[in-house]
Amino acid sequence: MREILRAAFVIGRRDFTAIIFSKAFFFFLLGPLFPLVVALVAGSVGQEIQDDRDAPVIGILMDVQSSEKIITAREQLSKEMGENSFAEMKIIEPSDGIADPKSLLSNGEESYAAILSGTLDKPIFTGTEGSLLRLKGDMALLAGYANNQQVIILPQVQTEVVTSSANRLKDLRQATGQAGMVVLFMLTTLLAGMVLSNLVEEKSNKIIEILAASIPMDSVFIGKIFAMLVMAFVGILVWSTMAYIGLSIWGAGVPQLPTPAVGWPMFLILGVIYFSMSYLMLGSLFLGIGAMAATVREVQTLSMPATMLQMVVFFLAIFSAGKLGEPIEIFSSIFPFSSPLSMLSRAAQVDTLWHHGVAIIGQAFFAILVLRIGVIMFRRNVMKSGSGNKKKRGLMALFSKS
Amino acid sequence: MNAIEAQGLVKIFDGFRAVDSVNLSIPEGSIYGILGPNGAGKTTMLRTLLGIIDPDEGSRTLLGSDDPLTQSRNVGYLPEERGLYQSMKAVDTIAFMGALRGMGLNEGREKGRVLLEQTGLGHAADMQIKQLSKGMAQTVQLMGTIVHDPKLIVLDEPFSGLDALNQAKLERLIRAQAAKGVTVIFSTHVIAHAERLCERIAIVANGKISFDGLVETARDRLRPQVHLETEALDGPWRNALPEDIEAQGHWWHFELPESGVEPLLNALIDGKAGIKSLSIERPGLHDAFVAIAGEAVAAEMDDEIEAGELL
Repeated sequence: MREILRAAFVIGRRDFTAIIFSKAFFFFLLGPLFPLVVALVAGSVGQEIQDDRDAPVIGILMDVQSSEKIITAREQLSKEMGENSFAEMKIIEPSDGIADPKSLLSNGEESYAAILSGTLDKPIFTGTEGSLLRLKGDMALLAGYANNQQVIILPQVQTEVVTSSANRLKDLRQATGQAGMVVLFMLTTLLAGMVLSNLVEEKSNKIIEILAASIPMDSVFIGKIFAMLVMAFVGILVWSTMAYIGLSIWGAGVPQLPTPAVGWPMFLILGVIYFSMSYLMLGSLFLGIGAMAATVREVQTLSMPATMLQMVVFFLAIFSAGKLGEPIEIFSSIFPFSSPLSMLSRAAQVDTLWHHGVAIIGQAFFAILVLRIGVIMFRRNVMKSGSGNKKKRGLMALFSKS
Repeated sequence: MNAIEAQGLVKIFDGFRAVDSVNLSIPEGSIYGILGPNGAGKTTMLRTLLGIIDPDEGSRTLLGSDDPLTQSRNVGYLPEERGLYQSMKAVDTIAFMGALRGMGLNEGREKGRVLLEQTGLGHAADMQIKQLSKGMAQTVQLMGTIVHDPKLIVLDEPFSGLDALNQAKLERLIRAQAAKGVTVIFSTHVIAHAERLCERIAIVANGKISFDGLVETARDRLRPQVHLETEALDGPWRNALPEDIEAQGHWWHFELPESGVEPLLNALIDGKAGIKSLSIERPGLHDAFVAIAGEAVAAEMDDEIEAGELL
């Protein structure tokens, strides 16, 4: 065991220094910037489209006095109910010529969402079914208030502020958990795939035979996977620092998420552990795939199912996050590949700690299992070995010397 | 004591017996050559002996251990397919290969510089592998193979890809290691290298070992060749020569009779053959190889050598 770890350290040190001092690492650090820029651009464009699209205007086709009363009522009620409580409203001047609401709505020149006509006592609201459903109550309130402005007096409501309510806290903690899951998933996906290309490179430059002749294959796998894990932490450290500096410079500050159930320090510790576990499991899986593949093309073909599995696992974890204690959430917490994600979500919502101890042990065991399978696959497929030694078949082979 | 022993070693790939019932004993401190054409099973045999792959049948011990990888610190291995990290410096490459075999990184660097100086590559110590010529990179890899002072060095086709000068350097290096008591095993399809370097050889064809023993023993399998020139073409002395031979002009070429040199000479002199010239030549390893492995295998190897020279 000591020799395995010593040799793993030699491999890990070589891989780590080779990656850190390569030009590729600089681009790797820039990696998250591209989706961020795309997301920002797409978000602002989407917001622009949304702003343009979601600004329905209600035309008021009443006599001048009633129309002005409606506008006044809207302004007054907006003060109490919020700026965006009512749709924008515009008085249709008689000079506009067309006095029929249906004709006005079909006229393309003015894009009214609906028309309020009739009188304040008997308002008529014309529009599409959706508009009517959404806005009918608003129109009734405005017309009623406009008609009885003198008699309806809104009482002054005294307000008392509390920091949170039980329901709100539950929702927010769930949001914290989901945010943690998304970060965990993105980091794992981004980094685990790199192990794959690393091993393929080793095979293509023929150095793998020297490694296989010198040290146990377990050491090669462990060294590689931990080198990438440390590199991942370097990346995360750089990205976190950059994000913190960036947010501070732009004045946005660090987003205030509600305190997770286990508290921030424990949540962060668990985050690091679950990231490591998720990364080790996925990395081992990718190494196993790399072990079976001889070329980059084969790698791409073979890694497709693993990528699909990742997506399924992510959606499972996200879906089950809000169903704490339900069978699907328990399954997601136990299933090795989704377990780190779901357990992190649990840490945000539930303060029990022993669940995490059990989960981490289970995940570690599974990571070792996947790693051993990867080693066996490698020796069978790449070094053209393993069909002998009949005494070490099946499960026993997983725990034998390599 | 034997550095390597194998008993009934078998390795099968997809039904093909790449190594077939191999028995092998390689004494410590010897230079041992494994001869055979490409595809004969030399590389698979070496990989199996070193523990890179497991045999399907049989057993092997390496430096006394039946788990060869546990002896990795005492072994240096140069695979046939040379592989190095292209962005690594030459001296770091040597140190890394030493570290794989348990050597400290700094110690490996220091020793790497010394080895590179000794081979005339001191100036290349801090150059990246991709900046070196193929021959220089191959030398760096060889230095990485011996940097940790192994007891056993295994070289798979070490001469391929080297020019004549570097081949001579490599031969000197192999002899120097053997002089220190290191066991050196190398595979080759060039008989001349084995003939110059080896005390013992194994001849491999189709995964099987046709011969395992001293080079002298292999040569002794063939009778010495007699080349005789006489003035007379006939006479009683002809009875001392094999019956079925015919003269090529006044020349006679035949195997030395089992009775030896003296009776032959007496018969020639007494029978008034008029000896103009007589030489007795011990057969070379190539002749022994042809006799042991067969004409077809020998021709295959000659073709490979020729193709290599053309390349």
